[in-house]
Amino acid sequence: MNNSGSIPSPGLRSIFRPRFNMDLCDGCGICAQECSFNEIRMETRGGKKIPMANSSSCGACHRCEYTCPRNAITIEENNLHLRSHGVWDRNAVQRVHLQSTSGSVVLTGLGADTDIPVYFDRLLFNACQVTNPSIDPQREPMETVTYLGQKYQAIGEIDDLRSFHNSLIRLSLPLVFAPMSYGSVNLNLQLAMARVAKKKNMLWYSGEGGLHKELLPYSDYAVLQVASGRFGVSPEYLQAGRAYQIKIGQGAKPGIGGHLPGEKVLEGISETRMIPLGSDAISPAPQHDIYSIEDLRLLIYALKEASGYKPVCVKIAAVHNVAAIASGIVRAGADMVYLDGYRGGSGATPAIVRDNVGIPIELALAAVDQRLREERIRHQASLVVAGGIRSSADVMKAIALGADAVAIGTACLIACGCHVCQRCSSGKCPWGITTNDPVLSKRLDVDWAEERLTNLVEGWHHEMQEIMGLNGIYDIGSFRGNRLILEGVDLHDRELSVLGVKHAGE
Amino acid sequence: MCGIAGLISRKKVKENGNRIRKAIVLQNDRGNGLGAGYAAYGIYPEYAELYALHVMADNYSSILEVKEYLQRYFEVHIMEDIPLWNKKIVNHPLCKRFFVKPQSSLLTESVEEINEDGFTIEKVMELNGSFDNAFIFSSGKNMGVFKGVGTPADIYDFFCLDDYEGYIWLAHNRFPTNTPGWWGGAHPFNLLRYSIVHNGEISSYGINKRYLESFGYVCRMQTDSEVVAYLLDLLIRRHGLSVHEAATVLAPPYWTSIGRLEDEESRDRRLALKVVYESAMLNGPFAILAAFDNGMISLTDNTKLRPMTVAAEGEYSYYASEVSALYEMEENPTHVYTPRAGQSHAVFLDEASGNGGKKSYPNENENFSASPAKGGSKG
Repeated sequence: MNNSGSIPSPGLRSIFRPRFNMDLCDGCGICAQECSFNEIRMETRGGKKIPMANSSSCGACHRCEYTCPRNAITIEENNLHLRSHGVWDRNAVQRVHLQSTSGSVVLTGLGADTDIPVYFDRLLFNACQVTNPSIDPQREPMETVTYLGQKYQAIGEIDDLRSFHNSLIRLSLPLVFAPMSYGSVNLNLQLAMARVAKKKNMLWYSGEGGLHKELLPYSDYAVLQVASGRFGVSPEYLQAGRAYQIKIGQGAKPGIGGHLPGEKVLEGISETRMIPLGSDAISPAPQHDIYSIEDLRLLIYALKEASGYKPVCVKIAAVHNVAAIASGIVRAGADMVYLDGYRGGSGATPAIVRDNVGIPIELALAAVDQRLREERIRHQASLVVAGGIRSSADVMKAIALGADAVAIGTACLIACGCHVCQRCSSGKCPWGITTNDPVLSKRLDVDWAEERLTNLVEGWHHEMQEIMGLNGIYDIGSFRGNRLILEGVDLHDRELSVLGVKHAGE
Repeated sequence: MCGIAGLISRKKVKENGNRIRKAIVLQNDRGNGLGAGYAAYGIYPEYAELYALHVMADNYSSILEVKEYLQRYFEVHIMEDIPLWNKKIVNHPLCKRFFVKPQSSLLTESVEEINEDGFTIEKVMELNGSFDNAFIFSSGKNMGVFKGVGTPADIYDFFCLDDYEGYIWLAHNRFPTNTPGWWGGAHPFNLLRYSIVHNGEISSYGINKRYLESFGYVCRMQTDSEVVAYLLDLLIRRHGLSVHEAATVLAPPYWTSIGRLEDEESRDRRLALKVVYESAMLNGPFAILAAFDNGMISLTDNTKLRPMTVAAEGEYSYYASEVSALYEMEENPTHVYTPRAGQSHAVFLDEASGNGGKKSYPNENENFSASPAKGGSKG
């Protein structure tokens, strides 16, 4: 018997809601138009239009709050005040409620939302006092030039210096834009990242969605991805990029593939991904021509041959055996290894995978860098790391642990207005970032996004130079892998030993 | 803060330590009595073909263990006390020296052909890494390091350095700050033919140490300076770089200065050196004086946060932290000058630069600029 009309439905109540200050509201209705989740509707009461909240779909994106011309809206928590319980806390109860509404996998976006330690927060930098003077970046040169690619153990091993230089990627700072595919984000964001990468001599990664024709002018700064779905991989694609990335895994969803629903495969995406309009875009969990390390080697060299020997990067999620896997990848011929940690983001991932699979990037990076050094193959490939990088301090801590460069994804979205509401998979991003809806995506102005990203990069770059200077180091090369710069707090011996750092005060 | 002094006779004329003593004692205030040391080249001519291993040990049983260890891998020709005059320094380790030669059977038995230098370094590192109460602090041929906890004058007298005659002398006066003042931590640091004295602090030590460890070097002297000696061995002996190139690896020019080089070939070479040897680069404030069996080179950091001055007279060149110390060694130098920031300054023996020399290096005796500024400041 269907009693849906009368039975309450736990799980469909939102945990946020807009609160309207009716003294300020003039009933213009902009909030209702801006809310892409239909949380707000306008009703007429006593001849006056007023906004009403449904309390069913507010995710705290704050779009209405920013767009209200009268500043009449604040977002507040709409929590269930559950009786406290040591095991069945609010999250656990709400997760079961939500799951029981549909019977399907609960999807979410961005990176893990758990209280697993963020090791970056437990690592602190050293600073000069008395015996070694700090260097002021405002007065002295402070260089962050970084070369990515396959290097050599000794200068004598290089046959031809010119071709050695041509094989390397020179970055003005060790920061790159993480792969976010056309489809998971829209063209506007990709264009903004590509422009900043070109302007600042960085790299941007295409993700698996192919290379839209409007991005061709920026392809010299692009690392183009070859993922399990092989979307957009054409002969031209294999010539256009600065480097290529084989995607094996992703920090937000290690071990599983991807699925872009047919409804989102609109014209531009269909053309770029080279799939029919409206068809589902399925990325299988494994690459079906890579079932072993030997197969990976074949694809690495196939891409090198096809691209005229451009650098090839292999992206993996940070998992338990990551050091051994990375070693195999380097020995298979990769020029770069891209490690995506536990907190790495995604446009759509099952919450259960996002929050329970993989290991934090700090531990993975420390283990991989150490292992490659012990095996004396660290020079053969560069390490690019990602997964929850929030600030220039995180970047510099990763560099000190041993990363060659650091990739930022979520931070780019946040710079462009994202408020971490974690509903990227809905396709209704109210800030116009993770949506291809023609109306919504217009909300992300390319020029504005470019300026925001430029500011972010420039601000972080200054801060990175400050951190180098206060450690008396003028070249990022002496910071890289220099773990004596870091000391840990509130970490136990095993954690310290994996991270390869001393405890504060030791 | 530390004090440095060095002298070299290009014609290999030998002298005892008296002049270098005056130069370093003058800089007494640059140290605090917690470390001083000397290195001298040409002091063991009668055993010139043997590695002279100077050993410090806490007790006699450790000395015997060292002896046993060395006998396993080397022909030990002589084992003797290093002569000491311990009137002022009473608390000191046992100091022995062994004159040894690798057992030739062990050299040929190994899978890869290994030369005597490589074999000796491997065993020195192995011993230093595994013995708790003893270590080798000098391992070159026909040279020796003498160092300990004390003032420069006391350490000089303690090791009776009036009695040695060398053609290259290095001296150091230590003011330890970040690491303990102990006998192994005093300068010079040595590995085979390379000895270094250092004033400053190596902020890149964390990565320099990890880099060296991946090549099998063991850093156990509890101080940053030792990496410089090992890096010189790696770069010059193992990777075949010239002394000048090794200097640009350790104290490289800025990327922007390299980019300004007009000659494409040398620009490519410099870029490649900086890319390949990124982890060998030294950062932080430093003035370093390095000696090897046929020359000497001074290095400073790119902002020259530590002093280095140079003088020359006839066949002699002199180095010191302070100009006044140069005049302690030579009253009437023909040249006195101060290398610019990041600029290295090398002097080679005449036999090394001439055709009869064992090795030849480019740009002998030339002022070499590693800094963005062009030209030197001779005068």
